[in-house]
Amino acid sequence: MSDTYMMLAHFAQTWGLAYFVGVFLVVLAYALSPSRKGRFDAAARLPLSED
Amino acid sequence: MAHSLSSGKQPTWGETGLGIVAGLLALLCFVIAGKAQDPGYGFHAVVFMLAAAGSVYAIGKRYGARAAEPVPQVLPDGRPNYNLGPIKFATVASMFWGIAGFLIGVLIAFQLAFPILNFDLPWTSFGRLRPLHTSAVIFAFGGNVLLATSLYVVQRTSRARLAGDLSPWFVVLGYNLFIVVAGTGYLLGISQGKEYAEPEWYADLFLTIVWVTYFLVFMATLAKRREPHIYVANWFFLAFIATIAVLHLGNNAALPVSLWSPKSYIVWSGVQDAMVQWWYGHNAVGFFLTAGFLGIMYYFIPKRAERPVYSYRLSIIHFWALIFLYIWAGPHHLHYTALPDWAQTLGMTFSIMLWMPSWGGMINGLMTLSGAWDKLRTDPVLRMMVVSVAFYGMSTFEGPLMSVKAVNSLSHYTDWTIGHVHSGALGWVAYISFGAIYCLVPWLWNRKQLYSLKLVEWHFWISTLGIVLYITSMWVAGILQGLMWRAYTSLGFLEYSFVETVEAMHPFYIIRALGGVLFLAGALLMAFNLWRTVTSVEPAEAERPVVGSAVIPAE
Repeated sequence: MSDTYMMLAHFAQTWGLAYFVGVFLVVLAYALSPSRKGRFDAAARLPLSED
Repeated sequence: MAHSLSSGKQPTWGETGLGIVAGLLALLCFVIAGKAQDPGYGFHAVVFMLAAAGSVYAIGKRYGARAAEPVPQVLPDGRPNYNLGPIKFATVASMFWGIAGFLIGVLIAFQLAFPILNFDLPWTSFGRLRPLHTSAVIFAFGGNVLLATSLYVVQRTSRARLAGDLSPWFVVLGYNLFIVVAGTGYLLGISQGKEYAEPEWYADLFLTIVWVTYFLVFMATLAKRREPHIYVANWFFLAFIATIAVLHLGNNAALPVSLWSPKSYIVWSGVQDAMVQWWYGHNAVGFFLTAGFLGIMYYFIPKRAERPVYSYRLSIIHFWALIFLYIWAGPHHLHYTALPDWAQTLGMTFSIMLWMPSWGGMINGLMTLSGAWDKLRTDPVLRMMVVSVAFYGMSTFEGPLMSVKAVNSLSHYTDWTIGHVHSGALGWVAYISFGAIYCLVPWLWNRKQLYSLKLVEWHFWISTLGIVLYITSMWVAGILQGLMWRAYTSLGFLEYSFVETVEAMHPFYIIRALGGVLFLAGALLMAFNLWRTVTSVEPAEAERPVVGSAVIPAE
């Protein structure tokens, strides 16, 4: 029982943490990349430009 | 069907299939009603039977009235032929359930101050009316607002008609049938005793079918969008719909005693059951009451302020952060219980981290007004929505604070929690809903404007006063209660008996009930205003030509 806990806790504290940091970095890169700026600026106006 | 002759009308697969399924369900419910072991369960079987038989009739009547061709996706002028019927129904239902839920809330608030109002009857006791209140405001009022707004926003931002013909009606009517079954069940004593998940197995099963249909309608509408980008509001709605489905299934994994009994037993046991329950319970807050209503914020505030979203990039970052963090915060409901210490600490840590994505949403909502701040002075509808975002910021700061174990040791089980919940529920959820409904009603019924902005002003100020009375009295009551519970004499005995703490609450309970009365009064003004908007304000534009009789929904 405690072995299972130690194993899971160790996994969560190492790979789990790395995974979350990785996912967050991917989201940041996606959202902040300059190449998407124009698209996102257009998307921000989407509710205003509908018919 | 593409090949059908212009004169020959044929029922669609959906009409035939749903008609047969509803007919069979009516028969099954007839048998269950006869063999039910509990009168309340028998009553519910009759309700389901009538609803199923009614559906067969409605499908047939609708078939008789509709044109042979399927409803056109686009109007002759090139605009999408938006499907507004189910949305109108959900909007009216949300107002009805809202007032019912606020009324029960006022009643139970007075019951706590004056216990004689329990009337010494099982059906009117606090224990049965309290879940009726919470379900009525969260799932009936909030749920119908979410149905109406999500189905409206996904059509408008996708520039496409809602997918499905009968399915949107099934979602809206089926959801409200579930509400009726759930609510009457509480009064009759049918409950599985899980907070915010009280309905028993048969109601849960039915809700699962309705919810999966809702998910499919939403996804299929996105799939046929004519706008390349999926607008951020739809991401929030999608997260809300998908996560609620998973939560509902996980927390209601129960085995019924028999087909003839409303009683079931959950497969989880002990502290694991508690953990699953609060994983569900807190994410009902996170995904039902937060993600869904953020979807409303991201459409209705830019629309009403006529300003673009302040930072679309921020909306993406805080969306992903919010949904990844919220799912871990549940254990903070079980501080100092049998739940392992590490799980409690994990819940606390994630709750504190949640502060940032929450405030990302708040900042984005508030800053969308940059360049339009003057509208707050003249437009009470926009003011209501902006105040709601401010309340969102306040309660998402208070929440992480209360999840800290040291703070929780004082606040837990006290009225501070009730105050916190209501600053979120009244301030954030109800206000953003009111704002959205004030926008939606003139759009849906094609009216130039609301009947009276002055009445909206009155609604705003009366209910704001109500919220302030409610939350301040509960803060004071909660902290007083917590401090009295932990007060020791110099000899090490508890200083106060429990009943002394109850007595000390009395004045605050009365203030809280008065706050509730004001909030209810505001909602009544709103209902009157909306009623007059629909009946007496002139149309915004000439009625569009009706394309076939099928655009008129069967009700």
